[in-house]
Amino acid sequence: MGKNYDAIIIGGGIVGCSVAFELATRGMKNILIIERKYATSGNTGKCGAGIRQQWGSELNATLAYESTNIFEHLEEYTGYNHSCGLNQTGYLLIACNDAEWRQFQANIPVQHKIGIKSYTVDLEKDIFKIVPHINTDGLVGAVYCHEDGSADPFHCTLAYMQGAKRLGVEVMTYATVTELAAEGGRIKGVRTTNGDFNAPLVINCANQWAAALSAQVGDEIPIVPERHQAVITEPVAPMGYDNGAMPMVMSWQRRFFCQQTLHGSFIMGEIEAVPTTASDANWDYLESNCHTITTTLPALRSLRVLRHWAGHFDMSPDHTPIISFSKNAEGLLTICGFSGHGFMIAPRTAVMVARKICGESDTIDINKFRVERFKSGDLLLEPMAL
Amino acid sequence: MSDQTVVCRCEDITREKLLEVISQGYRTIDEIKRATRAGMGPCQGRTCRLLIAQELSKIYGIPMEEVLMPTFRPPVKPISMGMLADAYVEEHGGDA
Repeated sequence: MGKNYDAIIIGGGIVGCSVAFELATRGMKNILIIERKYATSGNTGKCGAGIRQQWGSELNATLAYESTNIFEHLEEYTGYNHSCGLNQTGYLLIACNDAEWRQFQANIPVQHKIGIKSYTVDLEKDIFKIVPHINTDGLVGAVYCHEDGSADPFHCTLAYMQGAKRLGVEVMTYATVTELAAEGGRIKGVRTTNGDFNAPLVINCANQWAAALSAQVGDEIPIVPERHQAVITEPVAPMGYDNGAMPMVMSWQRRFFCQQTLHGSFIMGEIEAVPTTASDANWDYLESNCHTITTTLPALRSLRVLRHWAGHFDMSPDHTPIISFSKNAEGLLTICGFSGHGFMIAPRTAVMVARKICGESDTIDINKFRVERFKSGDLLLEPMAL
Repeated sequence: MSDQTVVCRCEDITREKLLEVISQGYRTIDEIKRATRAGMGPCQGRTCRLLIAQELSKIYGIPMEEVLMPTFRPPVKPISMGMLADAYVEEHGGDA
């Protein structure tokens, strides 16, 4: 048998790397991260990079708010010598029907209770001081939070990974976990394309591939990969108010998000939500995306599209992550089902996971995220998932 | 090539910067792209990817044809959003 570890983490995305870092910070030394290709090569590296605190459930809003507090000083927090690219130019959520508008207004007291500085925006005047060139035809209302924004998924993940390495965590890239080794109701380790490794704790952070792995020991993790596409343009001068980058504009009815990065490019996507593992980006989508977005943001018509790609959301039935210790193989923890907002809530989620493993108390109850909630009916419903 | 040779002209990445990230352990063009933005500009890597491949080939002692190429993403050349939006209206009808 191969080398022994205290914990093995499967997946070198934002979740796996942040969990490794938080465990190492708490004194766990002997940790191995196993990544199939390289850090962020899965869905972290394909995500839209957005950071949004404007959620509808107190749970998600708290995770996002407290994660943003970590993103705000992630370089210092992890000891990373490159910027993690945090860009807090805000999220403007536009309501195009009365039901959306009622939901947005209902969210505000939930968000304020936590400390999120969201507010409603007047469509006659104030909205143009946020997005000067927006077409307000068909809009019923809007809400805005300036502290929302984006960060660089690659550098954020690397910050966690390199921070973890400095604390003694080993990282094995270009190695695939082929099998979970369990015996007598306990996890023993993993088999990989690069040898076998033993640990009494295996943390499965493999996103859309997590369910198939945990199924090997009999765990049923009900996640479905959903393909989403995104588009990026050439960089241009700031197009927001007062020479700032244009904030995120997001619509549920029109099903899109669109934001200018600090680099000047616009990152955007029409929400298509196709349940498939296929990862091809298709041309019809590109045309439809540009039509949808330039209807609300006509000033973007002159921008040239550089790149278009597809990635996956690992959708859970209630659009909230699954964080669950196995009933079939003690010592196996599955963390997945982030449903498209894993990047933005990973920092605080990792703290919660590490506290649980290290026996520390927490203000958020991690037990709520157990997979058993889908049988007991204690769903964590989120009205503001895309 | 000197160290100051610009490898990626779109994102202004020099050979020195390229060698620096390779020395940090980045093994593929895709990883280097994410670390430095090389290949993310208007030409989408048409100029730099072979230059980066050459360096990786030399440093890791692997033949050029075995250096993993990055994922090629559409469109091949930059196209304006307006042109794409108009194509949608032409095909599907709607308010142009």
